[in-house]
Amino acid sequence: MPAFLLRRIGSALVTLLLMSVLIFVMVRMVGDPAHLMMPPEATEADRALFREQLGLNDPVPVQYARFLSTIVRGDFGNSFHFGVPALSIVEDRLGPSLLLTLSALAFAIFTGVPLGIAAAVKKDGFADQFSKIFAALGQAAPPFFFALLFIRLFSVGLGWLPTGGYGSWQHLVLPVIALGWYSAAGLCRLTQANLTAVLQSEYVKMARIKGVPEHVVVLKHALKNAALPVITFAASQFGILIGGAVSIEAVFSWPGFGSLMVESINQLDFTVVQAAVIVSTLLFIVINFTVDLLYALIDPRISHV
Amino acid sequence: MSDAIVQHAPSLPQPSASALRSSRPAWSRWRRHWQFHLSVAVLAIVIFAASFAPWLSAYDPNGIDLGSALQAPSLQHWFGTDQLGRDVLSRTMSGARLSLFIAFCAVFLAGCGGTLIGILSAYFGGWIDSITMRLADIQYALPPVILAMVVIGVIGPNTANVIIVVTIANWARFARVIRAEALSIKHRDYVLLARLAGASPLRVALRHILPNVRNTFLVLLTLDIGLIIILEAALSFLGLGVQPPDPSWGTMISDGRGQLEHAWWTSVMPGIVMMLTVLAANLAGDHLREGTRLIGEAD
Amino acid sequence: MGAADIHEVLRVDGLTSDIATPGGRVNVVDGISFGLRAGATLGLVGESGSGKSMTCLSILNLLPAFGRVTGGSVLFKGEDLATKSADEMRKIRGGQIGMILQDPMTSLNPLYRIGDQIGEVFKYHHGERSKRSRWQRAIDVMKRVHIPAPAQRAAAYPHQFSGGMRQRISIAINVACQPDLLIADEPTTALDVTIRQQILRLLKEIQRERGTAIILVTHDLHTVSKFCDEVAIMYAGRIVEQGPVARIFAKPAHPYTRGLLDATPKIGAGMARLQEIPGQPPAAGQHGGGCRFASRCGRAAALCKESYPPLAATDGDGQHQVACWYPLEAA
Repeated sequence: MPAFLLRRIGSALVTLLLMSVLIFVMVRMVGDPAHLMMPPEATEADRALFREQLGLNDPVPVQYARFLSTIVRGDFGNSFHFGVPALSIVEDRLGPSLLLTLSALAFAIFTGVPLGIAAAVKKDGFADQFSKIFAALGQAAPPFFFALLFIRLFSVGLGWLPTGGYGSWQHLVLPVIALGWYSAAGLCRLTQANLTAVLQSEYVKMARIKGVPEHVVVLKHALKNAALPVITFAASQFGILIGGAVSIEAVFSWPGFGSLMVESINQLDFTVVQAAVIVSTLLFIVINFTVDLLYALIDPRISHV
Repeated sequence: MSDAIVQHAPSLPQPSASALRSSRPAWSRWRRHWQFHLSVAVLAIVIFAASFAPWLSAYDPNGIDLGSALQAPSLQHWFGTDQLGRDVLSRTMSGARLSLFIAFCAVFLAGCGGTLIGILSAYFGGWIDSITMRLADIQYALPPVILAMVVIGVIGPNTANVIIVVTIANWARFARVIRAEALSIKHRDYVLLARLAGASPLRVALRHILPNVRNTFLVLLTLDIGLIIILEAALSFLGLGVQPPDPSWGTMISDGRGQLEHAWWTSVMPGIVMMLTVLAANLAGDHLREGTRLIGEAD
Repeated sequence: MGAADIHEVLRVDGLTSDIATPGGRVNVVDGISFGLRAGATLGLVGESGSGKSMTCLSILNLLPAFGRVTGGSVLFKGEDLATKSADEMRKIRGGQIGMILQDPMTSLNPLYRIGDQIGEVFKYHHGERSKRSRWQRAIDVMKRVHIPAPAQRAAAYPHQFSGGMRQRISIAINVACQPDLLIADEPTTALDVTIRQQILRLLKEIQRERGTAIILVTHDLHTVSKFCDEVAIMYAGRIVEQGPVARIFAKPAHPYTRGLLDATPKIGAGMARLQEIPGQPPAAGQHGGGCRFASRCGRAAALCKESYPPLAATDGDGQHQVACWYPLEAA
């Protein structure tokens, strides 16, 4: 197990490193960092001074090393739009986004998985038919379109829920469902497919031969085996949800990470963009790592490799 | 995702039914696959309408006619009009043209690029393989929207760049799956025989590996196109994709936001057409996947 | 075996099952009848697709979703299993009837320790609630089936065992509650030749200890001759010959049985070419009204193609039966 862990950590670090190289290269590719990193009103003299200060006249590897050492310390420079350290802005907006994304993930799991189980247990039953429609629709449209439909129906039309903003649980309902439907759809299909296949396996037959009650066969014997791909899939959904959250945050005026990225890109606030990308990469790497760990804990065959 | 997991993932057993083929008339086979045929029909209609939009549209998609602004769907304007009096149906068809053009280009580029990388990676192995798979990991590590946004932020939003960006955000799936398939083909007897006979690596790749991954390639293409249409719509919706006045489905939905309460059709109609297209593409892709018995990745 | 016997553990009568296929429902088990006494072993022999496995699953009412028992009775210790409720069947399975599956690599749950997998039957059949007792009893069963170092190995997972050991674990699971009937569906086909004898001897040992009746499904006639008391030869869903092993092997009455025996290599028989049976068995549902073996039979006549021969005795006491219009010369 420890060897496995070490390998995963090493792998994660390498990915992070490569990501930093890519960011470094990309930002410098756009043009003169002295233009990008400084507000548009800066004079040529300011830029020359900036270049000196930042050592932009040094060879590229040296610049990269310097870049790396600063971001490792959490110093991404100041946002020239907000005037405060870029990282602090990213941190502020991370909270609401995590709330939205995690709630959507929870919604997706607690809706999609039970539906998938019900569909697998009774083929062509009501749950099966419903899940097919639920899944097909959920994967057919982008979250922001559902968001608009929901707003039109439930906020403007029926007045049950607010049209946007952040604060109470009512503000959370529509964004979470709009965002989570796509993932719920995927989880439903995957759970149903996996569980159906597992229920036809020889060891499930064996469990039935043993005289184990059917609900135990499904929930204990079958589910654990079907769970592995579902868990990794759920984790991969986290990344997709963050992506979808961008447009959802725009539609619902949700003060999150995604809308921060859109604003910063539109305002050419590169320090914030850099910080945001590195932070999100770190986040996803941590998520993937946790999932690998979970996977190894559930399936004894992996950690014995 | 670690290779260890891919190797040790429990292999899903195939259903034990032995399919007995008896000769059945063609029409009964058609009936069993009605979903697939319907999807293909829908796609054909959408593609047709999109391709011949300029000739099929009753109105100029960009023709401003403030006098007819915000009219509900009627016999003259099947999808109604928007706030500038433009016919929503004509704009939707026009938007379909652009959205589908972008989607096809991107999926084709991502598909071919990813497949090539996958085959080469599988064939040569070594450090080429390590680097490409590491790059693929990075593409996977970031959600497509964010990756696309960042690159657009660097190179600027316009139609061509959207194609580039969507391609960059999608090649890895092809690369990974095709690489896995190419690896298993590489060890098959006919490839070994070809190499023993002295065939050059390029010849082996083109003649032996490529034709055999063709099915997987096509299935991935159909499965992916829905995602790509949605990605482009998201970017355009956020203002980072297609720029006005060119209509794409995403920009139309965004434009119509302000009218959601009183003239919902300006946003909803293009959205519904997009939804039907993606639905059709997904169903068709699923059917192809089952037909070729591809046990693909869970994303 | 001909008439019903009060010492019989199992009496199957006219068992019929069908499965759904793209072309409609087809019979895979077509009127199977046999009896089995306590402590005896019945060999069920046939090619792939003859319906042997489906017969076993039908007895336990464990056909897959696309299958269905459509007729006949299965008297187990005097009671008809076909009339039992799902709950009653569940108690009988594992508790009084066990079944060993063919492939040891897939018949155990990869994610649970074998001590738990064995001990589980005690929970559902003996109401044993204590985890520790179940674990201990599982270790005891492992000892009975000669798994070395049972106390340590109970904590291991299936993938840490070889195929032969896994099959022993399967046997352990099935004999834990000391069932009266054990169905073994080709238990050694997937194992190395050297291990096969060990497994079969283990089954025999268990049978001697407990008087368990065993149905041994196999396609290997050597196994039948060594381990079975009686044999039923199946072809295309029906039994074509059944009776005591010694008699059938000495004087087979059905041409198919003769063909099977001729096709089996015998040590010491020299290098003579093995006789094959030409052709293939008909696919389920694709046979006509006559004898299903007719198309491959060297002795087939018009009558054979027209109507199906009923099972009839070839000897005085009715134990040896054959379904053939022109059986090979009688005993």
